[in-house]
Amino acid sequence: MSLDTVKHAAETPDAAQPWKELGLKEDEYARIREILGRRPTGAELAMYSVMWSEHCSYKSSKVHLKQFGEKVPQNDAMLVGIGENAGVVDVGQGYAVTFKVESHNHPSYIEPYQGAATGIGGIVRDILAMGARPVAVVDPLRFGAADHPDTKRVLPGVVAGIGGYGNCLGLPNIGGEVVFDACYQGNPLVNAGCIGVMKHEDIHLAQASGPGNKVILYGARTGGDGIGGVSVLASETFESTGPAKRPAVQVGDPFQEKLLIECTLEIFKEKLVAGIQDLGGAGLSCATSELASAGSGGMRVELDTVPLRDSSLSPEEILMSESQERMCAIVEPQHVDRFLEICEKWDVIATVIGEVTDGSQLEIFWHGEQIVDVPPRSVAHDGPVYHRPFARPSWQDALQADDAGKLARPANAAELREQVLKLVASPNQASKAWITDQYDRFVQGNTVLAMPEDAGMVRIDAESNLGVAMATDGNGRYAKLDPYTGAQLALAESYRNVAASGAKPLAISDCLNFGSPEDPDVMWQFAEATRGLADGCLELGTPVTGGNVSLYNQTGETAIHPTPVVAVLGVIDDVNRRTPVAFAQEGQLLYLLGDTAEEFGGSAWSEVVHQHLGGLPPKVDLAREKLLAEILISGSRDGMIDAAHDLSDGGLIQAVTESCLRGGNGARLVVPDGLDAFTFLFSESAGRAVVAVPRSEELRFTDMCGARGLPVARIGVVDGEEIEIQGEFSIPLSELRTAHEATIPALLA
Amino acid sequence: MTTRIGVVTFPGTLDDQDALRAVRIAGAEPVSLWHRDKDLHQVDAVVLAGGFSYGDYLRAGAISRFSPVMETLIEQAKAGMPVLGICNGFQILTEAHLLPGAMLRNNHLHFICRDQTLRVENAETAWTSDYSAGQEISVPLKNMDGRYTADERTLDELEAEGRVAFRYLDGNPNGSLRDIAGITNAAGNIVGLMPHPEHAVEPLIGTGRTDGLGFFTSIIKKLVNA
Repeated sequence: MSLDTVKHAAETPDAAQPWKELGLKEDEYARIREILGRRPTGAELAMYSVMWSEHCSYKSSKVHLKQFGEKVPQNDAMLVGIGENAGVVDVGQGYAVTFKVESHNHPSYIEPYQGAATGIGGIVRDILAMGARPVAVVDPLRFGAADHPDTKRVLPGVVAGIGGYGNCLGLPNIGGEVVFDACYQGNPLVNAGCIGVMKHEDIHLAQASGPGNKVILYGARTGGDGIGGVSVLASETFESTGPAKRPAVQVGDPFQEKLLIECTLEIFKEKLVAGIQDLGGAGLSCATSELASAGSGGMRVELDTVPLRDSSLSPEEILMSESQERMCAIVEPQHVDRFLEICEKWDVIATVIGEVTDGSQLEIFWHGEQIVDVPPRSVAHDGPVYHRPFARPSWQDALQADDAGKLARPANAAELREQVLKLVASPNQASKAWITDQYDRFVQGNTVLAMPEDAGMVRIDAESNLGVAMATDGNGRYAKLDPYTGAQLALAESYRNVAASGAKPLAISDCLNFGSPEDPDVMWQFAEATRGLADGCLELGTPVTGGNVSLYNQTGETAIHPTPVVAVLGVIDDVNRRTPVAFAQEGQLLYLLGDTAEEFGGSAWSEVVHQHLGGLPPKVDLAREKLLAEILISGSRDGMIDAAHDLSDGGLIQAVTESCLRGGNGARLVVPDGLDAFTFLFSESAGRAVVAVPRSEELRFTDMCGARGLPVARIGVVDGEEIEIQGEFSIPLSELRTAHEATIPALLA
Repeated sequence: MTTRIGVVTFPGTLDDQDALRAVRIAGAEPVSLWHRDKDLHQVDAVVLAGGFSYGDYLRAGAISRFSPVMETLIEQAKAGMPVLGICNGFQILTEAHLLPGAMLRNNHLHFICRDQTLRVENAETAWTSDYSAGQEISVPLKNMDGRYTADERTLDELEAEGRVAFRYLDGNPNGSLRDIAGITNAAGNIVGLMPHPEHAVEPLIGTGRTDGLGFFTSIIKKLVNA
């Protein structure tokens, strides 16, 4: 096949081009021709197709995501906002923290191990590209029914991939979630988050400016993996009859990534880069166009200098390849030698592939012939924007009318006891230790809290004991019932979890997992969820620093539950003051904070006992969440709280069970006045936590709650070897432990 | 004179910073050693830290064993320099034939990370003298290839000579023969184990216990008193 040069393209305007196969719509192709004033070359078409895909361009979601920039709460912690590789917040003492959550859903269904592994690899490079040392990862995961045979294919592969990659990188895995629901059967959600730490002055941005500066590609050689992964995998619905494009999942090499991290950090330390970008989705197409677009515009690249794993790759394939473990840096000429020297030290291949020019075009050459001549902005930022139609689904009213309040409740204490055991043993509520024990949570020696704590926490300064905490939460069942409230509940829960650990919530990142944007029902869910999240962040004062949207999560016509996953980042001045979930000492007094109402819509109880999803999710009161968080943080700081556990899915009994098992102690509980035992144990009202208070602090703590107007009820004491609900039933810890811990290994091991 | 303890960084070493911190907390001067550098920079003892050197490609520890730094290290260790191999470091020591046996993939085929109870079987090595024989300690364990294996004769010899330094308690996490978690050479200067004492040196971090600190205080005492 002869080379499709710019000159050739200009001379052959009518040559047929595979725009449709590359995932472009007819009007998008027409627009590319209009921008260029001619037909695109094959290489240009490749670039536009990947960069204008849903995954890279956010073309369906952009109009809704705008709110996160418009409804910005007053928060002076924000240093870098949406639009960069990841947002950056100030955590004090000169430190800045960058964090982000991304999806790798579709690749992980096709090839669970590599899909999940490269999800970790990608998010880690995003964080690294900001100038930060990655210090921890988290992974919110959602799979099909726990007992479905395909879950046994997907889950162990995903978990092994996260472990295999993350463990080998030396990043502690400190949190995340594992959720099972039949709606994710053909479309698991594999989200990955990373936290990075740097000093303020070390923040790096993805931009290429300064004519004459060199463009250096370093890291792994470029191979044929992941070609078209972006446009084919992330942006189209799976069809069982579709063409076989399965080799499009990338293959990861964590060892190479570890070298890349250390090498890059050493390069940062010597201040050798003017701009930097990681190569992820859309590979070189993305990195070159984004770097050039964010800089002064001009860049010239000699594509034939790119080191290859497979010498037969065409220039189009090289531009689209999503080979992992690659970075692209803009380096001033006088720093190039030192840059290459550091790469050599770490056995990392580095090649000068081009330079920044004083022009305005991104120009790419192949053995001297020009194959790309485009305005970089048109590729990177001026992609199509869709105002997709959306409408409240016709079934929404009926779903909400199907009130969970009318479900049969346990008739007596024996039934209540039986349902408690059933709940804590259900796959969603059961211990996930079989999974999380496959991740290294200790490496780097700074892990203060990790799963199954409410939030993960790492120390970032060994002298001052400054630390950061992160929690990720999302509840697709709530969001299905009401996407606006569901998104706020995800935000509230994550916020609460961070506060329960003793850290002050600062900012959020999100990963918005939804079905096809071409379905008005889904688009309505998306619009509602983003509106809910933006409103919620404004009220809580936690800005959205960035995030990720994953659409087309569906099987055939059936979309997943709308699943906004929210990651809240918090800061704690002294990690010695962190609050664990464990009830570690007999005699600690247990208090329930917040109001408990009869709220069972979307609850774990309604799922486990009745296989029911209907009604309305719990109400959200963000002012209350804020107050609760303040109490939890003050209580932790002033030594009034020994342990805390947020109440969310599964309600109070789930939280108390986890805290008791973690601490190896039982508890005697009394149902507070005005509540029945069932509501006390299973309600999922938001804005609540259970805390263990040392006897010596009882008055001080209740006085503080009283003075601040937070409802507080003493519900019992840590004691003995069983959980006893006075006047109702008791269950030995050993029986609870077996129920809670045996489920997942039995299903998956 | 301060005791200098080196920690080698191979490409893919992960727990080197933790080991350096543990050395510092125990009161010695930590010294970073680089795999390409044959010079041990006058250190008194060396820790081979955990991780996935060379990605564990080929076999865990198989490539690192041929690094320039190992040439000097093997020579010095044979001459009596104290060397502690933790996890990947233990794997490198067996690959270098400084300790007998080998590590196979865990019998359940999964990476495992958990707090692990160990019994100190030999409290007379250079790295264990601050413990007492029979003492139970808890330190983190985290590995993929941690199943200690050797032929029956070697195992019998290790047992007979008191060279099984640590044994797993409360459940063997990986199928190691005879529950072996760590061993020593006959002279007691070279010790290798799969669990990670360097992750258990501060009360707040990791397991919340400091049971691993004894490794580092043992060696410092030995070197100071030498």
